[in-house]
Amino acid sequence: MKNKFFVIVFIILGISHKSFAYSSDPKQFIQEIVDEAKKVLVDSNTKEFKTKKLSEMASKTVDIKGVAYYTLGNYRKGLNDDQMNEYLGLFEKYFLKTFSSRLTDYSDPKIDVISAEVKNPKYTIVKSVLLATDKKPAVNIEWRIYTKDPNKPLIRDLIIEGLSLARAEKEQFASVIESNNGDITKLFDTLKEFISK
Amino acid sequence: MIRKIVFILAISLFIQTNSATAGSEGTEELGSSSQNTANECFEGVSRAMFKFNHVLDKAVFEPVAKGYRALPSPIRKGTGNAVDNLRSLLTVSNNILQGDFKKAGITAGRFGINTTVGILGIFDPADKIGLKDQGKEDFGQTLGAWGTKSGCYFVLPILGPTTTRDAIGLVGNVFIDPVYQITHNTEIRNGVVGNGNYSEHNYFYYRGTGAVDFRAKNIESWDSLEENSIDLYASLKSLYLQNRNKKIANSDSTIETQDDSDWEEIDTN
Repeated sequence: MKNKFFVIVFIILGISHKSFAYSSDPKQFIQEIVDEAKKVLVDSNTKEFKTKKLSEMASKTVDIKGVAYYTLGNYRKGLNDDQMNEYLGLFEKYFLKTFSSRLTDYSDPKIDVISAEVKNPKYTIVKSVLLATDKKPAVNIEWRIYTKDPNKPLIRDLIIEGLSLARAEKEQFASVIESNNGDITKLFDTLKEFISK
Repeated sequence: MIRKIVFILAISLFIQTNSATAGSEGTEELGSSSQNTANECFEGVSRAMFKFNHVLDKAVFEPVAKGYRALPSPIRKGTGNAVDNLRSLLTVSNNILQGDFKKAGITAGRFGINTTVGILGIFDPADKIGLKDQGKEDFGQTLGAWGTKSGCYFVLPILGPTTTRDAIGLVGNVFIDPVYQITHNTEIRNGVVGNGNYSEHNYFYYRGTGAVDFRAKNIESWDSLEENSIDLYASLKSLYLQNRNKKIANSDSTIETQDDSDWEEIDTN
């Protein structure tokens, strides 16, 4: 009887876990994210709700740690463990704030996921298009998907009309560090200030 | 007189480019991961100019763009189409200079059809018969396609971000843009084509309308960039240089225009 009970619990947990898991196929993975985001970004939801839900989605689907390393460029090699931990914590907060802020202004976005192109075993580029509205032209959006673990794809970059957001972030961070004579703590201060706004 | 000014500008920019390129070559050749970067010519002045442009945008361009955005959609679309149609003549010149005769033919065909059937370019019937927009080209892109390096980066008043190559391109555009030539060439105005409709100020109306149309299409994008940047100047520089790099490569393929080397060494699982 006890064994049967555990089997049922495991099956229920397995099913419920499955319903939260994203596809391992990069194109389907993006399609699921787009569908989920669409439901969140309907007009009837409050901005706070949208922000919370988008942040939860990003935490599950974006390789925030990988983007954090990339964004710091070669400066990451000069950080000690404490600095790196502090940076990763700050970056996550910064990333989630900017990610949800960029998206909450869109209501009912219509995105067509078009194709996927394997660059190498570690990366696949998924192509999509944000359809035109009467105020804005169509926008091509490409998603750089990290596929080193083929069962758990993760987003590493958004390339909008050929422009990489991760690269723009990286060059911003480098600019802040360079304009403060290479002092990485000034970047931390800038991130803290941004997060607290 | 204007020709003399343009000539002097071209020469001075050419001299500046040569010296700037020599100075920045080291950084440009650092490796593929730096393909989108360019040294600053004079960062302090550029940042000051950027602030000036930002204030000007808030005071003038953004309100005008928002007013334009309030117009009915068909009027905005028709205006944007007509401006793009005139702008395509500069693209044809550059297609030819780049040896891309196929695109030149398509763009010229689009211009012919849209100017006539499309009523001065207000409508885009060429698209419906399969002549798709081939994208815009300018002389800066042509110089890039010929192998000219970007030189250093700076910000111009009103015109915004540029590099020495693209600034020379701005001057070069004047010589190869048929719209500029028709509106500024006094011989045509007084003789061959001959009436006041082609006077110089019409060229600036056309360029100004194009700028307002562009700004109106990017109100939200710019607001988002402003709101989410810790260094807006550096953000804009990165996006400008990436965009120019992509346009010069004449490719929509991310595989060709985005560099992977910086990502390769980052493994998180």
